[in-house]
Amino acid sequence: MSAQSSSLASTVAIPSNVAVEPAMPDVLPPIKVRRGFAGFVYRHPTIAFGAALLIAMLSIAVLAPYLGTVDPTALSPAKRTRSPSAEFWFGTDMLGRDVYSRVMYGARVSLAVGFSVAILASLAGLAIGLISGFVRWADGVIMRIMDGMMSIPPILLAVALMALTRASVSNVVTAITVAEFPRVARLVRGVVLSLREQPYVDAAVAAGTRSPMIILRHILPNTLAPMTVQATYICASAMIVEAILSFIGAGTPPNVPSWGNIMAEGRALWQVKPFIVFFPAAFLSLTVLAVNLLGDGLRDMLDPRMAKRL
Amino acid sequence: MLAHIGRRIVATIPVMAIVALFVFSLLYIAPGDPAAVIAGEQASPEDVEKIRRGLGLDRPFLSRFGDWSWHILQGDLGTSMFTGLPVTQLIVQRLEPTLSLMVVTLILAVTIAVPMGVMAAWKAGTWVDRGLMAFAVLGFSVPVFVVGYLLAYVFALELDWFPVQGYTPLSAGFWPWLENLVLPAIALGCVYIALIARITRASMLEVLQQDYIRTAQSKGMGQGGILFVHALKNAAVPIVTVIGIGVALLIGGAVVTESVFAIPGLGRLTIDAIVRRDYPVIQGIVLLFSLVYVLVNLVVDVLYTLLDPRIRY
Repeated sequence: MSAQSSSLASTVAIPSNVAVEPAMPDVLPPIKVRRGFAGFVYRHPTIAFGAALLIAMLSIAVLAPYLGTVDPTALSPAKRTRSPSAEFWFGTDMLGRDVYSRVMYGARVSLAVGFSVAILASLAGLAIGLISGFVRWADGVIMRIMDGMMSIPPILLAVALMALTRASVSNVVTAITVAEFPRVARLVRGVVLSLREQPYVDAAVAAGTRSPMIILRHILPNTLAPMTVQATYICASAMIVEAILSFIGAGTPPNVPSWGNIMAEGRALWQVKPFIVFFPAAFLSLTVLAVNLLGDGLRDMLDPRMAKRL
Repeated sequence: MLAHIGRRIVATIPVMAIVALFVFSLLYIAPGDPAAVIAGEQASPEDVEKIRRGLGLDRPFLSRFGDWSWHILQGDLGTSMFTGLPVTQLIVQRLEPTLSLMVVTLILAVTIAVPMGVMAAWKAGTWVDRGLMAFAVLGFSVPVFVVGYLLAYVFALELDWFPVQGYTPLSAGFWPWLENLVLPAIALGCVYIALIARITRASMLEVLQQDYIRTAQSKGMGQGGILFVHALKNAAVPIVTVIGIGVALLIGGAVVTESVFAIPGLGRLTIDAIVRRDYPVIQGIVLLFSLVYVLVNLVVDVLYTLLDPRIRY
C-alpha cells in the first residue's frame, strides 16, 4: 500500500506537459520464477533435504570399504569396549570389533531391506489391489483375507514369521513384505474403485478397449502417485522393523553387521558404554528421517490439495 | 444403535477366523516334529508314531484346525513346548505389566497429542505449527528403542529422576507403579503421539474453515471454546480412528520397550518364545494381540455414531 502511494506521489510531481513513461503502480510484486534444479529445491525443500540425506546414506552403504573402515567382523579381544578415540572413531564393542566400521557396513543391510521391502510390497500390493478392484467376485474374499492380515500388528506378524525360519536377510525381507503389502493392496483397490467410475474409463469401455489395456493406460498411471508415497513410508517402516527384529534377536543373523544387531550386542553394556548403542541408533534415525521427509515432500508435490494439511 | 453394534460384532467374526487360520498355519508349517520332541531322543519310530496319533497330528489340516479352534474358543491356547505349562497361564501371568504399559501410554499419548494437534492447526503456518510438526516427523523416524535408551540414559542414569529399569506391580501402590512406567510410556508413545497429532491437525484445519466456526467467532465466543467445543468435536472422527489404528503400533512397540526397560510382560514372553522356538506361545500371543486390536477398532467403530450422529449404517 505504501509503495503504491509513493509511486502516485512521484507521478503527480511531474508536470503534465512532459511525456514520461507512466510509473507502473507496483501493487503486485514481481513474480520470480525459479527454474531448474535450484527452483526445485526452493519449491520442495523437504524433498531436497530428504533426498540429500538419503543419498549421503546410500553413499556410505556403497562406499563402506573405502571410508577408512576395517573388517567389521574382525575380532580383537585385547581392544574390547574402548571408548571413541582417534583410532576407533566410534569405539569398539565387547568383542573388540570396530563400531565405526560396523555402523558404516550396517547401512547396507538397512537400506537393502528398506528398498527391497518397499519394491516387493508395492508390486504384491499392486497385483492384489488390481485384481480385487477389477474382478468383482474375488473382491470380497481377497479383502477379508487382507483385513485378517492387517488385524495382526505388523511387527508381531513379522516376528511370528521369523520364528518359523532361519535368520537371514532375505527371510527378514519376506517377513516384513508379508506384513506390509495388505496396506498397499487396500490403497490400490480404493484407487481402482474410484477410477472405474470416471467418465474417461467409461469412454474407454464404450470404445471397446480391452480390460488389460484400460488397466495399463488409464488405471495404472493414476495409482502410481499414491503408491510411490506409500512405498516411501513402507521403506521407512521396514528399516525400523528390521532393526527391531534384529534387536530382539529374530532378524538379521548376528554375523551380519546391521544397525539392529550392533544395538542388540551393545544392549548388555549400554549403561557403561552407551556409545555402542547410540551411534547405530543415530544413523538409523537419520536414515528413517530422510525417507520420511522424502515421503512427506512427495505427497505434497504429487497431491497439492493435501499439501500443508497433514 | 444396538442392531448396528450387533452387526459390527458379527462382522469381526470372519476377520478373527482368518487371523486364526493364518496363525494356525504358522504352527502347521513350522519346522520340527512336535511328536519327536515330546518323545525324546531315545524314542523308537513306533513310539513317535504312537504319540503323533495320540496328539492327533496325523489327521488332515482342516480337521486339526477345527479341533484347535474349538479349544481356543474354550480358552485353551495349548501347551508351551518349552515349559510344559498351559499357554493361557503363561500369558495371564505376564498380562499386567504389558496392559499397564499400554494403558498408561494410551492416556499419556492422547492427552499430549490432541492438544498438540489442535495448537498446530490453530497456529497453522507459524513457527509453533512448524515446530510441532517437525517434532511429529522426528517421532515417526526415531525407533522406539532408541527413544527408550535416550530417555533412560538422561532421566534415569544421569539425572536419576526415575528408576532405570524394572516393573512394580500395581498392588505395591499407585506411585511406585507409575514411576516405573513413565519413561517406557514416553518412549512407546512417541510414534503414537506423532501419528495422532498429525491427524488431529489435518482434521482440525478442515473443520476450522467451516462457516459455523466463523459464526462462533463473530458472536464473541472464546478461542478455547471454539477450538475444543465446536471444532474438536467435529474433527473427532478421524482422530478416534487413528487412535484405534495406532494401537497396532503400541502392541508392536511394547515388545521392544519391555526389552529395553526390562519389564517382565508379554513382550519378554514373546522374545523368550522366539529364542526357544516355542510356537504355541507365539501363536497364543499373536492371537491375543490381534483380538485386542480388532476389539479396540470395534469400539472405535461404535464410537463413531456417538461422536457424529449423522453417521448411520
